[in-house]
Amino acid sequence: MDIPYIVEERADTGLNNVKLGIWLFLASEVMLFGALFSSYVLLRLMATEWPFGVDVLNVPLGTLNTAVLIGSSVTMVMAYASLKMDDFARFRRWLGLTIVLSLVFMVVKGFEYNHEFDIGNFPSTSTYLAIYFTMTGLHALHIIGGVVVNTYLLFPGAKMWKTNKAQFTNRIEAAGLYWHFVDLVWIFLFPVLYLL
Amino acid sequence: MADVTTTEHAAPAADAPGHDEHGPGEHGHHDLGFWQTYVFSVDHKVIGIQYAVTGLLFLLFGFLLMMLMRWQIAYPGEAIPLIGAWLGDERAPGGIMLPEFYNQLGAMHGTIMVFLGVVPLAVGGFGNFVLPLQIGAPDMAFPKLNMASYWSFFAGGVVMFASFFAPGGAANSGWTSYAPLSVFATTGQTMWLIGMIFLITSSLLGSVNFIVTTVQLRAPGLSFMRLPFFVWAQLVTAFLLLLAFPPLEAAGVMQLMDRVAGTSFFLPSGLVYADAPWEASGGGSVLLWQHLFWFLAHPEVYVLILPALGIVADIVANNTRKPVWGYRVLVYSAVFLGFMSFVVWAHHMFLTGMGTTMSAFFQTTTMIISIPSVVILSALFITLHGGSIRFTVPMLFALAFLPMFGIGGLTGLPLGLSAPDIHLHDTYYVIGHFHYVVAPGTLMALFGGIYYWFPKATGRKMNDRLGRIHFWGSFVSINVVFMPMFIQGLAGMNRRMYDGGAQYEMNAEVLVWNEVISVGAWVLGLFQLPFIYNFFHSIRNGEKVGDNPWNATTLEWQAPSPPPHGNFAAPPVAHRGPYEYSVPGAARDFLMQGEPDPAAAEPAKV
Repeated sequence: MDIPYIVEERADTGLNNVKLGIWLFLASEVMLFGALFSSYVLLRLMATEWPFGVDVLNVPLGTLNTAVLIGSSVTMVMAYASLKMDDFARFRRWLGLTIVLSLVFMVVKGFEYNHEFDIGNFPSTSTYLAIYFTMTGLHALHIIGGVVVNTYLLFPGAKMWKTNKAQFTNRIEAAGLYWHFVDLVWIFLFPVLYLL
Repeated sequence: MADVTTTEHAAPAADAPGHDEHGPGEHGHHDLGFWQTYVFSVDHKVIGIQYAVTGLLFLLFGFLLMMLMRWQIAYPGEAIPLIGAWLGDERAPGGIMLPEFYNQLGAMHGTIMVFLGVVPLAVGGFGNFVLPLQIGAPDMAFPKLNMASYWSFFAGGVVMFASFFAPGGAANSGWTSYAPLSVFATTGQTMWLIGMIFLITSSLLGSVNFIVTTVQLRAPGLSFMRLPFFVWAQLVTAFLLLLAFPPLEAAGVMQLMDRVAGTSFFLPSGLVYADAPWEASGGGSVLLWQHLFWFLAHPEVYVLILPALGIVADIVANNTRKPVWGYRVLVYSAVFLGFMSFVVWAHHMFLTGMGTTMSAFFQTTTMIISIPSVVILSALFITLHGGSIRFTVPMLFALAFLPMFGIGGLTGLPLGLSAPDIHLHDTYYVIGHFHYVVAPGTLMALFGGIYYWFPKATGRKMNDRLGRIHFWGSFVSINVVFMPMFIQGLAGMNRRMYDGGAQYEMNAEVLVWNEVISVGAWVLGLFQLPFIYNFFHSIRNGEKVGDNPWNATTLEWQAPSPPPHGNFAAPPVAHRGPYEYSVPGAARDFLMQGEPDPAAAEPAKV
């Protein structure tokens, strides 16, 4: 007996295993970041002083990064759509672009971190900076995870396209769902940490 | 697939063993070799057994830590006999336990028993081994993730164990790791946090796997309301692990930042430590840690208890030869319990000064959550009524579980109300209550489960006489251990006392119980020896039995014992509910889920 419903959908649930699995994983991630956002709210409510993000962080760079990350979500969708249209060459270009955009995000983030360290802003400086570095740091780890997975799917993992198109397309869909989630977390992080 | 019937259970029993490597269900994995078959296996049964054995070893280790502590509590300041000299000067110079070492033992006993013992055995062990078989699946939905889950758990266990050898020893701030104590603590606490992150990763991978497997891989005809209650219990448990653990991971990361990067998430302003102001930015909240910790740790209690309830339901139905009373009520109660367990956490924090409004809310939800627990327990008791009970070893453990869990649950009510909790908080009463739920409760059920499913895993039964010795010895001594704790706690005796509470005059009258409890604990330890011998001896020398030695109904008993890779000879189909015992008019007193209806060939609905 082989494990069923790896690719095809089960009739009564309308899902394949990977799709259900990735959604459950994302539910767990919501709880992870949810706990951090709740901690942010609680710490800020009880703080005697709390700086405005606008005064501490570089809002133009943050805006640029927001645009880059939203752009990478679009290219991820294009990669998936290309597979659906059976155009593998186009898929490679779009997924490659997604990875490039993710790396751009990381480089910009690196400049921002570096600038903070230069002017003596460390996680230990204030609770605001502590939660800023912890949340964006954890988010950056998620970006790195996405880059690793996407790079695998672009190069060695792409061999599966020749043997099992449907399963490979499912994998890209799951990777895409994860990537949109990482993007979504940033869309919450940016206003909360930079603007409010 | 729908018309496939199975004749496996009708096959002669002598045919059953020997399926291990070349069973009919196997699909092309011929020469996996030793490492891939037994160590880095992706087969759910091997992983389940790995989880179970590792969990049992950690249970033994955690129990040994407690037996050491009980010496210090019963005979404070006296040298530990026999092993005292081996503990080293930094732990017990001259065999006399240091307070620092006592604190390590206490913190690590709790951590190991909960996170490395009971949960891996109940969820990782039983869940992995039994659940796919009970739903008629060939394996878990994601076998490689399953292997990763076990090895992540193993890494977490190694880190936790190694922390005893860190400078300053293991974590010593209690299993709850309350800040700011834990932020000031020695290196062991950092290792505790890293170990926890491994364990949380393991539980995440496992819980995703359990849910997807249950939802997607059920055999044809096995609708949700035909699932054995054990599967339901594991499903709810998996949701709790999936959604409750991540906040602790977030909290762990924040505490790690506090310890390593010098942040002040859990450090309020103006802290003084060792007569000097603590250098930190301050502005953090100690209550934040407690909220995040208990947001996990209360659902965790239900993670500990639900699999046990699932095991007991299966064993009780099997040995009363009756369907479980109120199957749907059980299922709805378990699901309701799962939801409610997310909104009761702050009843652990009535004394923190979080405010009476908060207390009022959380004591209300706590009273509400006791209802489904009572419903489940009552349904299992009612199942006994009018049954022709077979007093097999698994049944003895299941029968012991019912009143023990009842005591544990009922003694929790005063703790869940904020007024009596003022008196009882942090006393031995709390320890007694919690342990009645988990030790005479859950552990009894887990032992019952081991005796019950051992024939499925090995094709052999465990020795009955040794099992009865194990049961009666454990049952009596475990009550000697925990019942006096209620007396001590009601008298106001504090927990976590290095000298067993002797420093407080008010404890004088109840100190006498310290020795009784300690002797009870050591006797309890002795009575585990027959089990350990029985477990390992029976793997090769136990009495050979067929595929269905208990005349049980659920799908796992339709697979060969031990089941081959891929589990079933032919894809099973469920034709009826899980507990069709003593059906009027049937030829035998049990109808297996996979047996086609002799009268009418009912079409399987998916």
